[in-house]
Amino acid sequence: MIRNQLLICAGGACITSGEKSVKDVLVEELAKNGIQDEVQIIETGCMGACDLGPIVVVYPEGTFYQKVTPQNAGPIVSEHLVKGRVVSGLLYRQPTSETRAQTREEISFYTLQVKRVLRNCGVIDPLSIEEYIARDGYFGLGKALEIGPDAIIQTIQESGLRGRGGAGFPTGIKWKAARDASGSPKYVVCNGDEGDPGAFMDRSVLEGDPHSVIEAMVIAGFAIGAATGYVYVRAEYPLAIERLEVALTRAREYGFLGRNILGSGFDFDIEIRIGAGAFVCGEETALLRSIEGKRGMPSAKPPFPAQAGLWGKPTLINNVETYANVPPILINGAEWFRSVGTAKSPGTKVFALAGKVQNTGLVEVPMGTTLRELVFDIGGGIPGGKAFKGAQTGGPSGGIITADYLDMPIDFDSVKELGTIMGSGGLIILDEDNCMVDVAKFYLAFTVDESCGKCTPCREGTKQMYQIMERITDGKGTPNDIGKLKTLGRVIQQTSLCGLGQSAPNPVLSTIRFFPDEYRAHIEDRKCPAHACLHLLTYSVVSEKCVGCTACARQCPVQAITGQVKKAHVIDQATCIKCGSCYEVCRFDAILKE
Amino acid sequence: MQINLEERLKENPVLRKQFDELDAYIDEKAGQQGSLINVMHRAQEIFGYLPDEVLAYVSTRLQVPRSTVYGVVTFYHFFSRTPKGRHTISVCLGTACYVRGSNSVYDKVTKSLGIKAGETSPDGRYTLDLVRCVGACGLAPVVVIDKDTYGRMTPDKVVTLLNKYV
Ligand SMILES: Cc1cc2nc3c(=O)[nH]c(=O)nc-3n(C[C@H](O)[C@H](O)[C@H](O)COP(=O)(O)O)c2cc1C
Ligand code: SF4
Ligand code: FES
Repeated sequence: MIRNQLLICAGGACITSGEKSVKDVLVEELAKNGIQDEVQIIETGCMGACDLGPIVVVYPEGTFYQKVTPQNAGPIVSEHLVKGRVVSGLLYRQPTSETRAQTREEISFYTLQVKRVLRNCGVIDPLSIEEYIARDGYFGLGKALEIGPDAIIQTIQESGLRGRGGAGFPTGIKWKAARDASGSPKYVVCNGDEGDPGAFMDRSVLEGDPHSVIEAMVIAGFAIGAATGYVYVRAEYPLAIERLEVALTRAREYGFLGRNILGSGFDFDIEIRIGAGAFVCGEETALLRSIEGKRGMPSAKPPFPAQAGLWGKPTLINNVETYANVPPILINGAEWFRSVGTAKSPGTKVFALAGKVQNTGLVEVPMGTTLRELVFDIGGGIPGGKAFKGAQTGGPSGGIITADYLDMPIDFDSVKELGTIMGSGGLIILDEDNCMVDVAKFYLAFTVDESCGKCTPCREGTKQMYQIMERITDGKGTPNDIGKLKTLGRVIQQTSLCGLGQSAPNPVLSTIRFFPDEYRAHIEDRKCPAHACLHLLTYSVVSEKCVGCTACARQCPVQAITGQVKKAHVIDQATCIKCGSCYEVCRFDAILKE
Repeated sequence: MQINLEERLKENPVLRKQFDELDAYIDEKAGQQGSLINVMHRAQEIFGYLPDEVLAYVSTRLQVPRSTVYGVVTFYHFFSRTPKGRHTISVCLGTACYVRGSNSVYDKVTKSLGIKAGETSPDGRYTLDLVRCVGACGLAPVVVIDKDTYGRMTPDKVVTLLNKYV
């Protein structure tokens, strides 16, 4: 008889912080106490609160233990499970009071979320199809087979679901186009490339609830009349690939995939295709070439994939999160889906909260939630009492939402007005120590690297922009550089072939728009207000504070610091390479960085 | 080239085993359209990198032109045409890691190993790579060594960590 379950988060971040060794200790402790048959250990997908990992939840109570280590894990068994005493030292301490939270329901990080896409993530064992079924899994498929293709597409259209891969294109319209397209066979593709560096929503869904994506793809296949599906997963996510493989096998065994699915006469199967490290392959036409085993070069649209996709045949391509939304819509109906979110962007959105924020992790909130709620109420604010400066959305194709817009409801359309895009959900929080010019340059370096080289504006134009940005951060910028960046940016936006080039200038244009003073400081004063651009820094010794301990002089790799013992030291600016070693070793706060 | 390979396989049982393994995988994928990239992934797992003779072999087995195989291998960052060191260190320079200072971790690694991204140390111990997000952004900055991922890295911690990989 199982009396308790131990849920251990086996999401990417928790594995990184030592989940496996925690599990080993728990298994050992259970055996030591002779209760291994009464307690079941389940490794789940990402529970979202990555910063608190490794996380262990004890059921049926739901006791939430955080920051568990192999050293302190023992009492979860010996105290909680054996003696029924909660291990209070491992509970989450509320930020505003001295009390501790017993369960997830008492932690604001969780209570403010609405979990629809992540309904099963961190709750079930992703390797167990039975647990998925127990939570209404494959019921959506059953319903779909019953109501037929036209009714499925109508439901999706009425729900107002928009693509979560970045652009927010209405999913129902896309499905209809693929159904109406002539040509056969047709294909269903899932975009799991998740190229935005700093985003991990799709990874978490694939790892934590792979069946939800499989179920939706079968539904899509039935709706448009396809017999084959492909999931394209980036090679950086080996665990997602592994769990997806297991899930596909189980789904075949259960008759949800393969021939004559659930006795309906409908045949459908899915193959996994692995990416190979090219950002441009997230773009749909490039991704299709990559599935064909070719170089991932984008092509002009039209024709759209729905008309001519894989091997020239009609192809439906959606993002992982888009698919994960589908089964509950079929079960609960379009009205239910529209009950949260905004009128034009119904439903929820999953964000990967990262960067300079207290509670990093995965959060799902209704569309229309404000940035303030995300960063401060859920995210717990900025660490170290620093000031919030902006949130970057849309990765290399996006821009910055500044502090002025903290109270603006976020949805597909509102962010577009600010010159950025919703993107796939990466939300990088920046604080006063981040230089906006440097961040924009960082993204540009990324696109220069990742441009496939097919068209000139993107291949050469981004390089030119990068050189200007480099000049500015090196302190060699000229006043007309801003104008040049704007002109170049506009030309690249208008003349590039694919979305990568068309959006590559966005981070630069967005930071020029919202942080003109910061650009001016770099160009006119040759200063980086955030002290991030190396070449614009100077290190000097504050002679009143220097006690002459010689620590800095010994540390300096280029012998730029001179001075006698117990006398104030001096840094020779011509020799200094601005490595910051002196700043790090000085125990008297005597090195000034400006 | 092909004849040459046959001869070498006779003399070299390790190489024979590697090619047998690749063969088995290709047989398994027979009939799947466009399996070239998956096959190259497997080949790189088996051989550690993708030397000319492997490209030639795959080209013959899959009946895909050599130029196509070469084109694919050079297009994708994940494929390596040169042998890797015993340990591969990947420093994440994705956005979440970058804004939390992963470039200082990267600088420290290049300085202490004396190699840049894409290079292998002369003793064959380390290969240094850059990655753009491994999906553990919550614990930025992140470093991956072989199959292990480490979070909340600092320049000091990374040096201690490197020494563990002999
Ligand atoms: C450069 C570039 C990269 C992209 N990367 C991704 C990605 O990683 N994941 C994704 O789902 N969509 C990505 N997209 C969007 C896809 O082209 C496509 O619009 C999307 O997969 C459609 O699915 P949806 O309608 O469900 O959003 C990218 C687009 C561009 C231009
Ligand atoms: S815009 Fe850039 S990535 Fe897109 S096709 Fe042109 S060169 Fe390639
Ligand atoms: S940005 Fe480094 S793991 Fe995501």
